[in-house]
Amino acid sequence: MTAPNRTGDAGECWLILGATSSMARALSRKLAERGASLLLAGRDMTDLEASAADCRLRGAAMAEAVRFDARDPDTFEPILERMAATSGSLNAAVFVGSMPPQAEIDADPSMIEGVVSDSFTGPARLLQALAPMLEERGSGTIVGVGSVAGDRGRVGNYVYGAAKAGFHTYMSGLRNRLTRSGAHAITVKPGFVDTAMTWGLDGMFLVAPPEAVADAILKAERKRQNVIYTPFFWRYIMMIIRAVPEPIFKKLSI
Amino acid sequence: MTWKTVEYAGWGRFYRAKGELARPERASTLDQLVRETPCPAIGRRRSYADGCLNTDGRAIDTARLDRILSLDEEEGILEVEAGCQLGEIVRLIGPKGWLPMVLPGTGFATVGGAIGMDVHGKNHHHAGSFGQHVEAMTLHLPEGRRKVTPADKLFGATVGGMGQTGPIGTARLRMQRTKGPVMMVTERRVPNLDTYLELFDNSEATYTVGWIDATATGASLGRGILEEGETGAGLVPPAKRGRRIPIDAPHFALSGPIVRGFNATYFRRIPERGRTVVKPLEDFFFPLDKIHEWNRLYGKRGFHQFQCVVPLSAREVLRDMLKAVGESGLASPLAVLKRMGPGRGGMMSFPTDGYTLAIDFPARDEAPAMIRRLIAMAVEAGGRVYLAKDAFAQPEQVDAMYPERETWAGICNNLDPDGAYATDLVRRLNLRNL
Repeated sequence: MTAPNRTGDAGECWLILGATSSMARALSRKLAERGASLLLAGRDMTDLEASAADCRLRGAAMAEAVRFDARDPDTFEPILERMAATSGSLNAAVFVGSMPPQAEIDADPSMIEGVVSDSFTGPARLLQALAPMLEERGSGTIVGVGSVAGDRGRVGNYVYGAAKAGFHTYMSGLRNRLTRSGAHAITVKPGFVDTAMTWGLDGMFLVAPPEAVADAILKAERKRQNVIYTPFFWRYIMMIIRAVPEPIFKKLSI
Repeated sequence: MTWKTVEYAGWGRFYRAKGELARPERASTLDQLVRETPCPAIGRRRSYADGCLNTDGRAIDTARLDRILSLDEEEGILEVEAGCQLGEIVRLIGPKGWLPMVLPGTGFATVGGAIGMDVHGKNHHHAGSFGQHVEAMTLHLPEGRRKVTPADKLFGATVGGMGQTGPIGTARLRMQRTKGPVMMVTERRVPNLDTYLELFDNSEATYTVGWIDATATGASLGRGILEEGETGAGLVPPAKRGRRIPIDAPHFALSGPIVRGFNATYFRRIPERGRTVVKPLEDFFFPLDKIHEWNRLYGKRGFHQFQCVVPLSAREVLRDMLKAVGESGLASPLAVLKRMGPGRGGMMSFPTDGYTLAIDFPARDEAPAMIRRLIAMAVEAGGRVYLAKDAFAQPEQVDAMYPERETWAGICNNLDPDGAYATDLVRRLNLRNL
């Protein structure tokens, strides 16, 4: 199988990392309805089994729950073996990450390692092992969900932002690498999305439903876009935020 | 965060509430919530008035507990999470040749809501109510999960129980095999009420529903369009994607002359000799769902729906009701007449053998008096109003309509002595007072 795999083709397999999140659930369902095979990876196996059943009934060729813990590399190997044994194009979408309140991290700086493992190094380590399989087959897409918080460090969540910034840079390099073999990588930077993480948070505006993010991801996959903001206008919001000179920015609390 | 302060409303947008909502995405989160904060669960808020509101209190929004867990094609049993919408079940499972036994008029309703209100559909005269086809459900109680089957006395208190026995997590539904993925619908004009009732009494169709022109008076009183449907094999384009009402309509949009004109045109839309058309399943079951947020057509002040069922022997009261409504000029184009069978799943279920009449009213100043008059007529005739829609019944009218209320309240109070599951509806009508 070396032919590039396009939307709707049979034989696409998707590994969804962090599949219990609402954005991941929305994407999994849409992939299921177009007949993809799915490996739903995360920690809450009971919940993943429920999502896997839901995806099978929505038309997934196969949907299985697999254990994945970004902080426990021992969970990576079985997933990689499972992927290697799957025929067709291999794809992955990364939704993992954690955003403890900055104040908690200030009180306990050892939390930084966990945030960086969840949002950057854990998934990066798995993707690093997955990349050769995509290269070998000459197809497939890796979707890395970052955050607009990674575009500039802010007082409110700069540890999370730093981890995401690292992940963005990693995704950029991965894209540079994969494109040589015909595979692809997409960096997704969501703005405010209506998830369990943002439910009830103050200061949310223009909140997008998870289904809109899933649609944007599938469109980016179809058009082989490189870096997307979702909803799209966040590109412009972040352009402005990035353009604020540091002497001014450092005094702001946005 | 767990709780979000939200202003929310029932489908009629007349009753509103401000309170804190939690929106769990996993069953384990629901378990934790019910342990820490017992409170009512609400679905997509398709009940019209205050049955889905808990002013100044907390409630659990089940919108994200919406997965389909299994389809047993041998037994015809579908297991779903309570927040799963009926329209999604039709869209996803319908093409596999299965449908829920009972479907209400909107596919946006959730399975949990359909159980809590024991909803009925266009086949009620054959199939009974929604709750009668629930094989089992799981209640998430502070002390843990509890599986409830029809043998359990909690079952009859939960079906039609308006959420007063605690949040439902999952349910197992008996499904029916369909003859095919489309609906064959015969539509015919009905000139007046007598003909209508006669056609209903003699119809052999699986699904029947009648639109009624509530503005008609005199010889045309009770005229409308009868729809009879059967599932069948065939090919139609899939149901069209909905359009959204972008703004609240101005008040004159549903003024008397406009509604009268609309209704007359709508009536003549069907050829005099009638016709048979083929429709996607969703278009037949959920005709209004194509227009997302159609409740905004009633403008900012919202609307009410009056729905009653009266015994077969009291059918003449329908004439009096339609006369009163027709003369008032208050009705909207949405009015429905249907024959009901005796099937009901719980102690507080609405359905009973008879005729059911539903009429929407824009929430004008004159509407409450009109609706109170209609409620009094229904009670007088030995009928009852549907609590999922009621806005103006009086507490003292309830026991005459729902004779099992006290027994039901006893079961609820036993399970939930502090009244943690009470909603605005329960408080307004003192439903759980002993």
